[in-house]
Amino acid sequence: MSNPKLTPKQRMAIERTKMPEQDASVRVTNFEEVNQGLTAEAAIEEAKRCLSCKTRPCVQGCPVAVRIPELLEKVAAGDFVGAGAILSADNVLPAVVSRVCPQEKQCEAECILGKKCEPVAIGWIERFVADWARSNGGAAKTPAAELSGFRVAVVGSGPGGLTAAGELAKMGHAVTIFEALHDSGGVLRYGIPEFRLPKGIVDEEVANLQGLGVKIEFNVIVGKTITVEQIMDEFDACFIANGAGLPVFLNVPGENFKGVYSANEYLTRVNLMGAWKGESNPTPIARGATAVVFGGGNTAMDAVRTARRLGSARAILAYRRTRVEMPARVEEVRHAEQEGVEIKFLVSPLEILGGDDGWVRGVRLQQMELGEPDESGRRRPVPIEGSRFELPADLVVVAVGTRANPLLTKTCTRLKLNKWGNIVVDGNHMTSIPGVFAGGDIVRGGATVILAMGDGKEAAVAMDKYLREKNRSR
Amino acid sequence: MFPVISNEQIAPQVHRLVVVAPRVAARRRPGQFVIVRASPEGERIPLTIADADAKAGTITLIVQAVGASTQDIVAARGGGLEDVAGPLGEPTAIGLVGRVVCVGGGVGTAVLFPLAKALAEAGNEVTAVIGGRSEPLVILRDELGQFCTHVLVTTEDGSLGRKGFVTAVLAELLAAPGSRPAAVYAVGPVPMMKAVSELTRPLAIRTIVSLNPIMVDGTGMCGGCRVTVGGEVKFACVDGPEFDGHKVNYDELLSRQNTYKEDYCRLDAAVKRAGQ
Ligand SMILES: Cc1cc2nc3c(=O)[nH]c(=O)nc-3n(C[C@H](O)[C@H](O)[C@H](O)COP(=O)(O)OP(=O)(O)OC[C@H]3O[C@@H](n4cnc5c(N)ncnc54)[C@H](O)[C@@H]3O)c2cc1C
Ligand SMILES: Cc1cc2nc3c(=O)[nH]c(=O)nc-3n(C[C@H](O)[C@H](O)[C@H](O)COP(=O)(O)OP(=O)(O)OC[C@H]3O[C@@H](n4cnc5c(N)ncnc54)[C@H](O)[C@@H]3O)c2cc1C
Ligand code: SF4
Ligand code: SF4
Ligand code: FES
Repeated sequence: MSNPKLTPKQRMAIERTKMPEQDASVRVTNFEEVNQGLTAEAAIEEAKRCLSCKTRPCVQGCPVAVRIPELLEKVAAGDFVGAGAILSADNVLPAVVSRVCPQEKQCEAECILGKKCEPVAIGWIERFVADWARSNGGAAKTPAAELSGFRVAVVGSGPGGLTAAGELAKMGHAVTIFEALHDSGGVLRYGIPEFRLPKGIVDEEVANLQGLGVKIEFNVIVGKTITVEQIMDEFDACFIANGAGLPVFLNVPGENFKGVYSANEYLTRVNLMGAWKGESNPTPIARGATAVVFGGGNTAMDAVRTARRLGSARAILAYRRTRVEMPARVEEVRHAEQEGVEIKFLVSPLEILGGDDGWVRGVRLQQMELGEPDESGRRRPVPIEGSRFELPADLVVVAVGTRANPLLTKTCTRLKLNKWGNIVVDGNHMTSIPGVFAGGDIVRGGATVILAMGDGKEAAVAMDKYLREKNRSR
Repeated sequence: MFPVISNEQIAPQVHRLVVVAPRVAARRRPGQFVIVRASPEGERIPLTIADADAKAGTITLIVQAVGASTQDIVAARGGGLEDVAGPLGEPTAIGLVGRVVCVGGGVGTAVLFPLAKALAEAGNEVTAVIGGRSEPLVILRDELGQFCTHVLVTTEDGSLGRKGFVTAVLAELLAAPGSRPAAVYAVGPVPMMKAVSELTRPLAIRTIVSLNPIMVDGTGMCGGCRVTVGGEVKFACVDGPEFDGHKVNYDELLSRQNTYKEDYCRLDAAVKRAGQ
């Protein structure tokens, strides 16, 4: 290896790199990406911090077991082509995932360096490698596999569906994705904003899949336009990854005033329908001087930061619990606070207030405190007597979660569901219908991009096996 | 691209489009709608499937060009529509109830048409009461006449049929025991559907209305189409669009429908106020 040998001590003496960011005061006026990406020098220097641990704790923290130490070794040696080959073999959408993975809870949480100082910036290095490959001729082309003669359908073009489709195509199956909307990507397109995940990246990844022969049919709502039964008449197997697209509301009075949105509607109007582009865009969006967003996850962060960019001078996040319980990525919370987002912890919504004109004008909240630990050991928030208060608001976004959308499952009663309406699968990702597999949010409830992709990848392997066995028994 | 194979103007600003959409045509049932985008930059706009020919793989849309997006749709530049997704919504529950009255106001008559046709085909005796501001705005009169026992017309200016509102004619039908229907279907502007429901409520006549709130996806994903029915929040795109007319909160619907017609940019409003 040309890599100069460094001692562990020398490696640990290197300080963790910093991600160059757009200045907060500038970025609240645009929708360009906040993180600007590492330089090649910074990526190499950061990769040198890795101790190449024999036990590979970081790999265990990654839901798709990216070969992190090998990848970092290549980067440290300046071999970006080699690094790219490892990354794209282990992760079908690397430029996407490296931007949205909650690294601090996964690979980086397990990194040995984290015990003494700061973990290796694995996510940022992966992002560098993926972006380098994109601007230097794209990912290595996989040679076309021999056609298997099987036809496979995929429902939904979110990360779960896209991953399964890519893997199945590489195995030689003819894949058709049925997508309800008029564009691909699922939450990557309609949920996560441009300033966190530029849509050009999603387009490139989808184009790569189409290059592998994957067909996408838009405007096909499975359960309405066609049924799962019809799909199984036409195809040899099916993978369902229709996500968790059913918004949960607060169920407090006043929620139907104008200017009150679910996060799904708010973000879809802005991202999928392009309302971020400005007033000339055909799909409108309400803007307000003061925005209040309910929730504490990534969706709530995306909504509140979007409101800030669409001109809300005050953008307030109202969360039921405390900072420690916030499910959002740490980086998102930090970015939001830099951008001037106010976070109110331990508040619970009582009512949404409206004016005679039917528009929202404020919210009434209850201040909470953490009570005694319950059976689960968690301290639940309890109301503080006499601590109700109001905030002004002319835009309210409810981002308190999503559930399984029953549109598809209602028309396919043979699919076994759990009590929340999620599809039940076995260890091979197969549903109660032979040949029909499922993964991602429709199985797990709201989860993550990388978990949905992991499901897609594993399901593709199981489907391939199923098809070949079916073939033998013919 | 979904080709438009015929596009005729049937009233001022009202067009009848026949669109090639085989998957939709094959599964569509009366009461359902599609979401249409005219162009790659366009908005998603819900439109009722007025008719369909499963063999030819076509659907018929009747569109009133009231604003920018519906104008783009009736223009069908490039010979087609970029996206047509559906069929969406719950189909109408069509049963044999005997005598029914179908009330249509303005372009609501287009939404009413497939229901009336299906009700007649199921063996019901259908009376249509349709209205518009003036004669040219009354649509589908002859088409309805092919299967309705009576087609009664009203115009606000008296240029065709009775002068006045559809509700006056309905009130007469309700008053005479010989013509009193077992069920009423009403589609049109919100104030009209509200007025119809108020007429039938004291008589406890089953009244079905088709609601037209603002929609985005049409699949239950965004919640933008929420309406309050019987005190419960429903998503019109998946739970409707038809509901029991006696239970709908019309005032809320009307208010929400106007979201983007008024000064929806609260920011501009605030800035303007501050500058005054
Ligand atoms: C705003 C937001 C921000 C998020 N941020 C992060 C983050 O930073 N990091 C992270 O890891 N995770 C994040 N998540 C979660 C993550 O996006 C999801 O877990 C992931 O997208 C799930 O992937 P999926 O493939 O299961 O479904 P989805 O991405 O939901 O895709 C499902 C697709 O199926 C389509 N579909 C639905 N019903 C039908 C039907 N009947 N017929 C045909 N097609 C259908 C949908 O239109 C959609 O395209 C975020 C989620 C949201 C909403
Ligand atoms: C289930 C259903 C069936 C319908 N069927 C028909 C039909 O068969 N024929 C017909 O002519 N009309 C029908 N409509 C009404 C039609 O969708 C609206 O007239 C149309 O969306 C108005 O858009 P616009 O931009 O042309 O008009 P404008 O009145 O100028 O609208 C201004 C803005 O308000 C918003 N908006 C208003 N109404 C809607 C809506 N319903 N969905 C989404 N956004 C909206 C849009 O953002 C629009 O840009 C139906 C509506 C529903 C919900
Ligand atoms: S995919 Fe996510 S968890 Fe795995 S190594 Fe990359 S950033 Fe870490
Ligand atoms: S745990 Fe950290 S230091 Fe060890 S191999 Fe993984 S990335 Fe390198
Ligand atoms: S239109 Fe989005 S939920 Fe009905």
